[in-house]
Amino acid sequence: MLTITDLRKSFPSPEAGGRPVEIVSVAHFALGAGEQVALRGESGSGKTTFLNLIAGLLAADSGRIEFDGTNLVALGEAARDRLRAERMGYIFQTFNLLQGFTVLENVVLGMSFGGGRVDRAHARSLLERVGLGSRLQHFPRQLSTGQQQRVAVARALANRPRLVLADEPTGNLDRRRGQEALALIREACAEAGAALLLVSHDPEVLGQFSPVRDFTELNRPAAPSAT
Amino acid sequence: MTLPLILYRSLRQHALSTLVTAGSIALAVGLLMVVWMVKDQSQRAFVETSTGFDAVLGARGSRLQLVLNAIFHLEASPGNITAADFEQIRRHPAVKAAIPLAVGDNYRGYRIVGTVESLFTQVEYARGRRYAVQPGGRVFAGAAHEALVGSFAAERLGLRVGDTFQPYHGLVFDPSHQHEEIYTVVGILEPTNTPADRVLWIPLAGIQNMKGHDPKFATDLSAVLLQLRTPQAGFMLDMMYNRQGNRLTFAYPVGAIIADLFGKIGWFDRVLALVAYLVAFVAAGSVLASIYASMSARRRDLAILRALGARRHTLFAAVVTEAAVIGALGAVAGFIVYGALLTGVARIIRAQTGVAIDVLAWHPVLWVAPLAMIALCALGGIIPALKAYRVPVAETLAPTS
Repeated sequence: MLTITDLRKSFPSPEAGGRPVEIVSVAHFALGAGEQVALRGESGSGKTTFLNLIAGLLAADSGRIEFDGTNLVALGEAARDRLRAERMGYIFQTFNLLQGFTVLENVVLGMSFGGGRVDRAHARSLLERVGLGSRLQHFPRQLSTGQQQRVAVARALANRPRLVLADEPTGNLDRRRGQEALALIREACAEAGAALLLVSHDPEVLGQFSPVRDFTELNRPAAPSAT
Repeated sequence: MTLPLILYRSLRQHALSTLVTAGSIALAVGLLMVVWMVKDQSQRAFVETSTGFDAVLGARGSRLQLVLNAIFHLEASPGNITAADFEQIRRHPAVKAAIPLAVGDNYRGYRIVGTVESLFTQVEYARGRRYAVQPGGRVFAGAAHEALVGSFAAERLGLRVGDTFQPYHGLVFDPSHQHEEIYTVVGILEPTNTPADRVLWIPLAGIQNMKGHDPKFATDLSAVLLQLRTPQAGFMLDMMYNRQGNRLTFAYPVGAIIADLFGKIGWFDRVLALVAYLVAFVAAGSVLASIYASMSARRRDLAILRALGARRHTLFAAVVTEAAVIGALGAVAGFIVYGALLTGVARIIRAQTGVAIDVLAWHPVLWVAPLAMIALCALGGIIPALKAYRVPVAETLAPTS
């Protein structure tokens, strides 16, 4: 379902005098439909950039990101946006909920930008699934951090995605809530038939996954040149 | 449904700035429409008021002063003319009707004008319109101490048929200069929405023979209102009085003199319009400023929407539409401002000149101004919309790991 080949991404770096420094260089990575894989990596190792490239939030410099038979690298920004809106879900470490929108509206927005129709009943059922059926009209600020993360999970699944990307999804939660959230993400993805690609540096999170891939082995960016 | 939801939530989230901005737009739209309507309607009302008479004959002086004094009951008379002058013009074959007027007294600030009964019985005061007396009243008779009171003056002074009053000397109310004569109100005029509504009409002889006035000038008049048989007659009389004579002024044509007045005070309209335009631009600028100022706070929300798959042009459209919606809210509220302001202004104009302005009258400015304001606001939304368009998603959203 997802095959990555020779993916490269560089950013201009002030430390390098404005010259581009390679952050991501992944020779090969593959994820099957419905598969759940965790990537281990320290902060600053380029994990988030890697997820952003897969999500189409960033444009790659070169390589291929083959997702459901479409090479994202060859697509323009609008097409990548559409693909993401229709077939991907994204769970952020900081939840990134829209504070001015209700819980239900946050989830509804998760299915609003694809080509399909907005299914409020589906949004409600997702929120019931994550235990927030009685909080539909609450605003994010009225919820605990654990509840906010559950809204983020429901939103990521709102568009019935083929792939869910999760970037340190338990980073802002305590141990118990983190484990609950992780279990919920895994279960919900499995129930929805979505593949899950999770990145984390937390051993407790990674301990619950199999397989766990080491991102530092996967990602081999070129060292900045001296000149 | 997505765009309306985003708009609704954004407006709710920034409710205070939305209200303040919409309020300033309401003021701008209301002011713009009021300036336009007052200008248009007062001009029309003044011109319509002057359609009943073709010319005014009076003492040598300004034609405009003569017209304002004799038809609009404003300003002082430039001087008197003799009974012989009146007779001469009255008998002139080119003159269809000649109505003598004598002014110089007031009752509590409302002008008392001496004239003849035929003004109310035989003459059209404006094209197709004649004076009418309210039921239970009548026109004053001959030289009696009787008065026919204009509707606005009667209402303000609380005068009814059968009431009496003592005139005061001069055109400006001075309680220490009261005449001895007592006048009885015998009729109230139906409203005409003209300056005549502000006048207390008495027989010509009443003003001429009022005690305290100089008996030497007892037959003098302030002016004569004239209806002519043909337009050519006006040019002939203009030649006779204004070019060949040097004692009297023949103000003709009245409509052109009033139009000339509006031409002279046109700068005032332009200044008012300029102020209104400036207010409109400032209001549109405030839309730009308020949305632009909130862009830093919205940056994260915009990035989240992008991460959910919203296209750049969707967010651009959302911000421009939000600006237009604020403009539309302001434009709708502008009609309330317009109604309140115009009602107040119309009252002042009516009290000062007797000219009535129709608050409910229609004019294209009533749709042009709100639509132009909405378009201007949408235009003002483009700059913050460009900022929304350029929000870098990955950079804004997540700490890199």
